[in-house]
Amino acid sequence: MPESVQLQVYRYRPERDPEPSWETFEVPLHSEWMILDALNYIKDHLDGTLSYRWACRMGVCGSCGMMVNGQPVLTCATYLESLLPGPIRVEPLQGFPIIRDLVGDITDFLEKLTRVKPWIVRAEEKPLADGEYLQTPEQLAEYKQYSMCINCMLCYSACPIYALDPEFIGPAAIALAQRYNMDSRDQADQERLDVLSQHDGIWACTFVGECSAVCPKDVDPAGAIQRYKVTATADWFKSLLLPWAKR
Amino acid sequence: MGKALNPHYKTYHPRWYRPRMPIFWWLRTLPYVKFITRELTSFAVGYAAILLVIQARALGQGEEAYSRFSSWLQSPPVVWLHIVVLLVVLFHTVTWLNLAPKALVVRVKGRRVPDVVVLLSHYTAWLVVSGLIAWRLLG
Repeated sequence: MPESVQLQVYRYRPERDPEPSWETFEVPLHSEWMILDALNYIKDHLDGTLSYRWACRMGVCGSCGMMVNGQPVLTCATYLESLLPGPIRVEPLQGFPIIRDLVGDITDFLEKLTRVKPWIVRAEEKPLADGEYLQTPEQLAEYKQYSMCINCMLCYSACPIYALDPEFIGPAAIALAQRYNMDSRDQADQERLDVLSQHDGIWACTFVGECSAVCPKDVDPAGAIQRYKVTATADWFKSLLLPWAKR
Repeated sequence: MGKALNPHYKTYHPRWYRPRMPIFWWLRTLPYVKFITRELTSFAVGYAAILLVIQARALGQGEEAYSRFSSWLQSPPVVWLHIVVLLVVLFHTVTWLNLAPKALVVRVKGRRVPDVVVLLSHYTAWLVVSGLIAWRLLG
């Protein structure tokens, strides 16, 4: 194994660069080091001005997603060793406006996420004295897969539709809408359907499928979107055939 | 803070860089190429559907029109074209059916039917319908 590896890092310093550029760093190679360790080494020893997001270092917080050799990955979960001989290209996530170096602006995602109400909505709350809202293991299994989403936005970065049409509500927001729709305690599926059955909702998806391929938590947003399409179509047919029925 | 070298930079206000998606974005990765190929095969499916309509129209116009249409179908360039169309439509069908379990969640007595069963039932239905049509035409 070589003693070091080259990292080509995307640099954008808006106060001095009109355009982004690449900067190459030589980083020591350790078998246990991830891409994030190499970035931390650059920040600590080579160039303290390098900007990037990270927090937990264990694949839970979803902050350290970046494009590595053109693929969206969690940098805390990608070994340097797996990308030898290098050079390894590190870029900010595709599809987001870049604020600085490896930091993208995620405001758009956060706005879309709130639009689908990713929390439990009750039409009527039962009195506290009645106790918890109980759930069977089968009811939990219905949505558990979707609840594993860590909002890392790798799926947005893998989705060419989002990059081409930023109005698209996007894979994670739809998967999280499904997570609450399928929760037996929730009662807002119709409200979410009204948001997601719009053109910039589920119908903008052309099923490239890469969102599911890059998801580090096997959430399968592509599957969620296609199932939502089936639900929306059935709902439309129902309202067409039984217009008097309560929605 | 040091002197700003970029005249458009406003201190403490983001100056986003928004990369444009290149027109050949779909050549970036193999899955994107496969996706675009799958989408383009829809043209062949559309062609096959239109051909069927023209065939039905020729049938409605009488024996002479239909035999003219049949002899056009039997000319070598058209036969070659239709071999290519058939292969492309088969590719479209297979990729389409392979995606079916993603969209369809079937439950029997409260238990989810495994993806492989959903997939195989689609292929079985396809083969049965194709077999029935072949039997009707050739039998």
